[in-house]
Amino acid sequence: MENYIIQNGSLENLFDALVAGGKTMIAPRLKNGKILFGKVESFSEISQDFIQTAQSAKEAFFPRTEKLFGYTCSKNKIVLEDVDPEMFPEVILWGIRPCDAKSLVPLKKIFNWDTGDQIFNRRVEKTTVISFSCQQSDEFCFCTSAGGGPGSTEGSDILFTVMGTDGYMAEVLSEKGKQILDLNSGLFSKAESHTNKDQFLAAIPVRFSREEVSKKLASYFDSGIWENQSLRCMGCGACAFVCPSCACFDIQDESHGNRGTRLRCWDSCGFSLFTQHTSGHNPREKQSQRWRQRLLHKFAYMPERLSVYGCTGCGRCSRACPVDMNILQHLISIQEVDHA
Amino acid sequence: MDELRTRARELLESGKVQLVIGYEQGSGGKTRPAFVENPEKTDSLIFDSRCIQNLAVYVTKSEVRKKGRPAIVASVPVLRSLIQLASENQINDDTLVIIGITPGLELIEFKTLKEVGSFLEQYSLELDARDKEMICKLDGMEPALRWKLWMETLEPCFKCYACRAACPLCYCTRCTVECNQPQWLPVASHLLGNLEWHIMRAMHMAGRCTDCGSCANACPVGIPLTLLTRKIMLDANLNFGQTGPSLTSGNIMSVFRPEDRDNFIK
Repeated sequence: MENYIIQNGSLENLFDALVAGGKTMIAPRLKNGKILFGKVESFSEISQDFIQTAQSAKEAFFPRTEKLFGYTCSKNKIVLEDVDPEMFPEVILWGIRPCDAKSLVPLKKIFNWDTGDQIFNRRVEKTTVISFSCQQSDEFCFCTSAGGGPGSTEGSDILFTVMGTDGYMAEVLSEKGKQILDLNSGLFSKAESHTNKDQFLAAIPVRFSREEVSKKLASYFDSGIWENQSLRCMGCGACAFVCPSCACFDIQDESHGNRGTRLRCWDSCGFSLFTQHTSGHNPREKQSQRWRQRLLHKFAYMPERLSVYGCTGCGRCSRACPVDMNILQHLISIQEVDHA
Repeated sequence: MDELRTRARELLESGKVQLVIGYEQGSGGKTRPAFVENPEKTDSLIFDSRCIQNLAVYVTKSEVRKKGRPAIVASVPVLRSLIQLASENQINDDTLVIIGITPGLELIEFKTLKEVGSFLEQYSLELDARDKEMICKLDGMEPALRWKLWMETLEPCFKCYACRAACPLCYCTRCTVECNQPQWLPVASHLLGNLEWHIMRAMHMAGRCTDCGSCANACPVGIPLTLLTRKIMLDANLNFGQTGPSLTSGNIMSVFRPEDRDNFIK
């Protein structure tokens, strides 16, 4: 599709026009001293100057708590009430980074592995992704080692790249993006053919080869590396819950008398309860086995089964970890040293 | 720093301990927990003002215990947690060797936990004026406004339980929140679930919390968790005269004393 330019001052006009159109605007904003995604109503609420948000944007498609259906039990029967996906709001995800937009690729594959997940799919359909490429990075970023990049377009409907005082280059990448362009055509002008965003992107060196890591992991199942790497891991779920592509969940019923709801709640393979059997046996009884699962799932099982990696290199898990389980350092160590 | 490394090396070489739990340089300018088993590798150990994560969390972990007897690098907050753990019969003098660090960053030897207890007497566990002021402000709020404030503050919680994992005193292998037949607390991280989790956690800390701040530091979404635990510390102090962990006095919530106030029974 074609590229456009929007002037710096006009970005706010576009935002206002989208809000006026009645869509729910989810964008990064400051809360509790962290930059988190949430509903915003005015352009000034949005945080602009950050490398990455503390929390990912996956909640727009995969909320931490999702009602799957309701139920009412009576003497002889149980009546189920489906959730009506048409009730989901039309959402615009504004200001997400390319590594978050790219996480839609693994998420879509996971939720459509066999039977398509109607609730997830409808939320994706009702969401428009407006992302902004990266001009800065930090030592935790590794998108270029995870198949993406600071200007990667995968998963976005429109990708903006700021070009200094010359405005933003807008790459309109899908039908949803085109609709926004058509409705606000006065704000956009066509970019000249030689316009190139590359010079405006952060330089993020490639640190490892995920294909090579994946190949090595196949023989590392019984390696001592897992215990060495994870002895400091405290077994919380911060890494999984800030991850844009972690998709494990638990099913819980919340009942009040004879009525209730069945909920899908985020879960994490780092929790000891995750694999605990009713018998009391736990196939992953140690934290090292749970850490191994985290890396193997993302870099071995997913590429094998779904032809997609489960990591986009956003670096959030490393930034969020209270004990500095730096995933990039661990992956480099797997590639560089023979731990088999 | 050299003294710390030398001490760690001596302890490992003499076989008195099989593992030293300390700090090393981490990423992002931060430090991180280090587990040194080889005397040759003690040079990676560091200690400075950035070393705020409470290492006492590791002494009850089975994976760490399996490694043998540890030595632990312990500043005042860690020492307080060790005393509390000892008062709850989780550790004793045989469990570990303590490499104490004074607030002036001097190394200090302790032969017994009793000595640690005596050493801590000079550092009474009191909230500073700023914390007290904040709690007074919350206490003075209209209940409806305070409710709204907490609902907004707890909204980002997604129950990753980093607060629980980072707390040396949350050492239960199975937590109430994981009992789901029946559910004691809502499992979901909606507003009610979040509120109940944080109240439950804070209440379990009554008279036990040593105010190390590791829960709040661990929270990936920045919830000021110490506001809850400090409020309870203040109440424990006002109602029971509790001023910090002690090897002899027990926990206020599990020890009955005839002089305990009973004015809450109406």
